[in-house]
Amino acid sequence: MFRKIKGGVHPHDEKQSTEDKKIEFMPIPQKLFVPVHQHIGQASIPVVAVGDMVKKGQLIAETADGRGTPVHAPTSGKVTELGNYPNPIYGSSLCVVIESDGLDEWQENLLTTRNYENLTPEEMIDIIFKNGIVGMGGAAFPTHIKLAPPKDRHIDTLIVNGAECEPYLTSDHRTMMEYPDDVIKGTLIAMKILGVSKCYLGIEINKPKAIALMLEKCKGTPIEVVELETRYPQGAEKMMILAITGKEVPSGKLPMDVGCVVQNVGSLKAVADAVEKNIPLIERIVTVAGKTVKDPKNVMAKLGTPFSELFKYCGGFTGKNGKLIMGGPMMGQAQVNIEAVIVKATSGIVTISEKDVDYVPERACIRCGRCIEACTMHLMPSTLSILSEKGQHQTAQTDYNLMDCVECGCCYYVCPSRRNIVHYIRQSKAKNAMVRNAIKTGSK
Amino acid sequence: MPQVQEKSDLISSPPHIKSGDSVKSIMWTVAAVLMFPAAFSVYIFGLQATLVTGVCVISGIAAEFLCQILMRRKIKVLDGSSVITGLLLGMSVPPHIPLWIPALGTVFAVVVFKEFFGGLGANIFNPALAGRAFIMLLQPLEMSSNWHLFPNGSVIANKLVTAGNFTSEAFLSITGATPLTILKNGEKFALDYNFSIENIYDFFITNNILQSLIIGNAGGCIGETSALLIFAGGLFLMWRKIISWHIPVSFIGTMALAAYIYYYNTGNPLPGFLTLIHVFSGGLFLGAFFMATDTVTTPLSARGLIVFGIGCGLITFLIRIIGGYTEGVMFAILFMNAMVPLIDRLFKPKVFGV
Repeated sequence: MFRKIKGGVHPHDEKQSTEDKKIEFMPIPQKLFVPVHQHIGQASIPVVAVGDMVKKGQLIAETADGRGTPVHAPTSGKVTELGNYPNPIYGSSLCVVIESDGLDEWQENLLTTRNYENLTPEEMIDIIFKNGIVGMGGAAFPTHIKLAPPKDRHIDTLIVNGAECEPYLTSDHRTMMEYPDDVIKGTLIAMKILGVSKCYLGIEINKPKAIALMLEKCKGTPIEVVELETRYPQGAEKMMILAITGKEVPSGKLPMDVGCVVQNVGSLKAVADAVEKNIPLIERIVTVAGKTVKDPKNVMAKLGTPFSELFKYCGGFTGKNGKLIMGGPMMGQAQVNIEAVIVKATSGIVTISEKDVDYVPERACIRCGRCIEACTMHLMPSTLSILSEKGQHQTAQTDYNLMDCVECGCCYYVCPSRRNIVHYIRQSKAKNAMVRNAIKTGSK
Repeated sequence: MPQVQEKSDLISSPPHIKSGDSVKSIMWTVAAVLMFPAAFSVYIFGLQATLVTGVCVISGIAAEFLCQILMRRKIKVLDGSSVITGLLLGMSVPPHIPLWIPALGTVFAVVVFKEFFGGLGANIFNPALAGRAFIMLLQPLEMSSNWHLFPNGSVIANKLVTAGNFTSEAFLSITGATPLTILKNGEKFALDYNFSIENIYDFFITNNILQSLIIGNAGGCIGETSALLIFAGGLFLMWRKIISWHIPVSFIGTMALAAYIYYYNTGNPLPGFLTLIHVFSGGLFLGAFFMATDTVTTPLSARGLIVFGIGCGLITFLIRIIGGYTEGVMFAILFMNAMVPLIDRLFKPKVFGV
């Protein structure tokens, strides 16, 4: 029997175009534009200069504060420029431009083999930090922070997220299919770091092959494979924890407050590579899909590869694109520029054809309540959107739990009035944050 | 060299995909479902019924169109909401009513109770019911006479003859009324024409009243007679997830429970039978499945919907059985419509992790 969540939606998963295709290693493009700012927190600071020769895996940018992660050279070559180039998250940001020398040479004494069992948790956390590992499910939260919760939190459960509830994306699925041993190794490492004995691997039942494989591979390990209902947003941390442990993460709290840590399968593979082989995060599996992509596939792509190169590798487009999205179509970011590059958080790049873009102007709420039914956080999205329209952002926060919204977008997905409710909610959150900051700076 | 577009055309915040339902598809589905009882009414009442509903629908569309032009609003008349208003209003008037009355009601409903409030989505009261209340107060007599006669009313004649004291007046006042009027005025009739209240229950039983009500072969407004068709339409809408079960179940359930308790406690010999007559007659089914479920004028949360339904059921019971009016569904729903902001504030869903 599979575990269920309350609410959510079930869009067509569209995974059939890539789910059974083997991961392909893409030839290294001539130039890589590696952004130094790839996730929340401060941008990292470049430690190379124009003209430097770099080796694959060499450190090219260091963190400015403890919350960032270092960035490494995805291939060997020459640094030709430090300049602003398209960044899929921030529009544009400082990038280290590396011209590949075509040799793809590893930095010396990088590829070592060690056994994680001989390392202490602190050593492993340090290795993970130095190798720039982040959550690869899409949010790109630094893994070394997530795996080292404050001492006063008692962590008893590790949850491995193989749900992959976004339509189109199959990169986690292919990771489980092709690197099951690495995923398990990474899981065992994370368990040792956290000092937990209980571990669950949650997979949606639309991936029966992955479930069967992982069930077999997990035999004899403390990892229990859990089948989850195919329902978006099953892969959201709080939903994952609810479905697997039955615990509700309290409002305003984090998974660690109920003793859970959730890690994506892709991140755990990266953890395994980092800890046992000392390989930094320099490439990732990216699903390239969409109805206009000629030959959709999963590609192992270097960080800094422009999207345009990936689409070329996948045969180009067969029709006119309406939208280009980094991530899945439910939570991914629409892109302005096809020259934006692969970053650590890019789980996929998806196109929406021109005729599939739903461009119906929104109209007044008819109070049908579908958004309330679909809201997995049990909020009143329609009311929040109306309050946002009226500028009553504070009321939204005090009376309607604005901050509990996880922005999964189910409310917009079901809205017959085509109201982009989640967008209104984001605006309210941003406005409130502005007010908070203004008060903070004012009182200083 | 495959062609790569330099820039994508549309930037918007996620999500980038949507489910298929729109306001338009919802409204037209409801309208289509309402066509079934409307078409069936032709079989019972003749072409006059189509004429009434037809006039209502056309005047509704025309009124909305003109209104949106004059108010310089976006023309949204094709979304089908005024078709529903017209159909519902047409189905809630007596079949032989002069046509100008329901037409006026629809225009009033659409113009005053929908467009003046800001159009679909901003109206507080169910437009069809508000329009009906308006013509009810304007033309009370026309709105409560000209009912369809009982199919085998003559049976009662013989019954009453054998009971003695039969007059043609008594015959007319009973066979020409709706079951609810008979129930309401039963004791008065019995006193006036000198027969016992049991004669009336007898009359109902001999006439297979429940069967007539379920099929639709009884006195009543155009669309509210066939409980079966309305129920089937309601089930279809529930299956399509356009309406939820909360309001119909709590509304009809509360009404039935209250009626049964009342009849039982007042020592009535047939509490269950009379309760069933109340459930299947009048506008209860049409109201509970098609009017009280209008999403715009009902609460948002599931708990709110149940509270709304219970309120509707209780008020209907109070008006129909305790109060002085024959039919209470319309006022019950309108009254509860006004309560919606309050209900919304009191019954929010329980937030995750709170």
